Amino acid sequence: MNNVVVRDYSIPANDFTIAGEASSSVRKILSQIGVTPDVVKRTSIAMYEAEINAVIHGNGGQAHIEIDENKILIIISDQGPGIADLDLAMQEGYSTAPDSIREMGFGAGMGLSNIKKHADVFEIKTAVNEGTTVYITVFFKPVKN
Amino acid sequence: MKQQYFHSVTLDTTRCKGCTNCIKYCPTEAIRVRSGKAVIIKERCIDCGVCIRVCPYHAKKAVTDPLDIIKKYSYKIALPAPTLYGQFGPGYSRERIVLALKQYGFDYVFEVARAAEIVTNATERYMSNKDIKKPVISSACPAVVRFIQIRFPNLIDNLLRIESPMEVAAALSKKEVNEKYGIPFEDIGVFFISPCAAKVTSVKEPYENRKSNVDGVLSIKDMFLPILDIMKKQDAITGEPFSLSSAIGVSWAGTGGESSAINDGRRIAVHGIQNVNDILEEAVQGNLDNIDFLEVLACPEGCLGGPLTVENPFIAKVNLNNEIEKIKKNQAHNVLKKHENVDGLEWKSTVEYRPILKLDDDMMKALEKMNKIDAITEGLYGLDCGACGAPSCRALAEDIVRGNAKETDCIFKLREKVNSIANQLHQIE
Repeated sequence: MNNVVVRDYSIPANDFTIAGEASSSVRKILSQIGVTPDVVKRTSIAMYEAEINAVIHGNGGQAHIEIDENKILIIISDQGPGIADLDLAMQEGYSTAPDSIREMGFGAGMGLSNIKKHADVFEIKTAVNEGTTVYITVFFKPVKN
Repeated sequence: MKQQYFHSVTLDTTRCKGCTNCIKYCPTEAIRVRSGKAVIIKERCIDCGVCIRVCPYHAKKAVTDPLDIIKKYSYKIALPAPTLYGQFGPGYSRERIVLALKQYGFDYVFEVARAAEIVTNATERYMSNKDIKKPVISSACPAVVRFIQIRFPNLIDNLLRIESPMEVAAALSKKEVNEKYGIPFEDIGVFFISPCAAKVTSVKEPYENRKSNVDGVLSIKDMFLPILDIMKKQDAITGEPFSLSSAIGVSWAGTGGESSAINDGRRIAVHGIQNVNDILEEAVQGNLDNIDFLEVLACPEGCLGGPLTVENPFIAKVNLNNEIEKIKKNQAHNVLKKHENVDGLEWKSTVEYRPILKLDDDMMKALEKMNKIDAITEGLYGLDCGACGAPSCRALAEDIVRGNAKETDCIFKLREKVNSIANQLHQIE
């Protein structure tokens, strides 16, 4: 029995035309395996934000997905500059995106807080000059505390 | 249990050559070629009419009612879609077209454009509600609504919950005729003159078992010549001008018409089903939060590009724009009838998610199937040639896992197999 779906995507640097393809593809997979629309939406938004972060800040990177019957785990990693002050980065509206990115409608400083809002579990590992890896988990059924 | 859906879009098997044009363009991958003929998967079809447009052999058609159906009713009302006014060219004004409908045998003409104005008013009021989900997505195009039901369930709550101009026109015209002339409802037949196959389906098979007030749908194609013949014999138009709709209602036929009627806020108009798909992808990703209103029409150039029209949509657009300019100059028609009642036009029930792309009801099994599809896709050649009858290699893999196809439907896989058998035979010798 093989009930874990695994996918790997590469996220190109600074290419907004391709950015979002991975999250769009994951959305289709989730719908096909019967995940409810609201969970699909939360997953898709959280993943898209992380993907865009890798595009804007991380010089591109990789997305690794694992789906089983309870949850989806999304790991997005880059070898970019890393985040110096994580607490500050988590604040709504804080952004290090350059003006050129902001003019394209990105970089509003809502990315990480948005991921936190939509994910059930959200972790970041980051080191300056080494890169950042985010771990996003979304459960398909409500978790009891 | 599988539900049986009525569809306007159907196949003429005698004309179908079994080529791959339609399977490639269908936005919901609803068509396969099996045993040399196209087959429409009914649950997936949204009646957008793309296959009608792309089939080089005209094997796809939209079923509408025969013109004779109007004889079933003693009092006949015509509901011309505003698209009709773009079909005939200079000299054939809206007044002449409406008069021709009466001369053809209709007792009463109620312009769908007039209902479109009422819907515009209702939409304005709807948009002023601060609690609604933005962007509001127009629901006038039934192909788009069904597309959202299948592919974008997260956007169902964004749909404009107001009846379409066709339905509003049908209900109002019946009421008007009943009140004005005392005609009993059961004697009145209301007939929509349609550019659109999806409208036929939405009358015969309304969303979630609602009831349509339209009694028959006639295609613009079928009505074109009879109306033209009548207009050619018309004397100069006499008598008072008709009580016609304003420019806003007429402009709904084209793209940007519905959304331009909304005064405040950022609004965009998107047409052509592929473009609609792309903008809905953006919407579901949360990238359209700064858009207030999203007009989405399945056909290129909106209803003017409908599969049941006669005139090229770009020429029809010039015709229609000329008509709109004329209306704007005529003060009498230039007033939006603010006093029209817009109460009771909201949907009584919502539309529902139709998860027909789901692989299995049991998620464990669905995951397993997903992995099988991945593995099969990996083994295919990735040319998406369509020779197997599915639109892409991945679609074939899905069909195999769903039990509707086999790997040797792929001609390259078949060649592999034949080669291997040939080799085995060779070794026996």
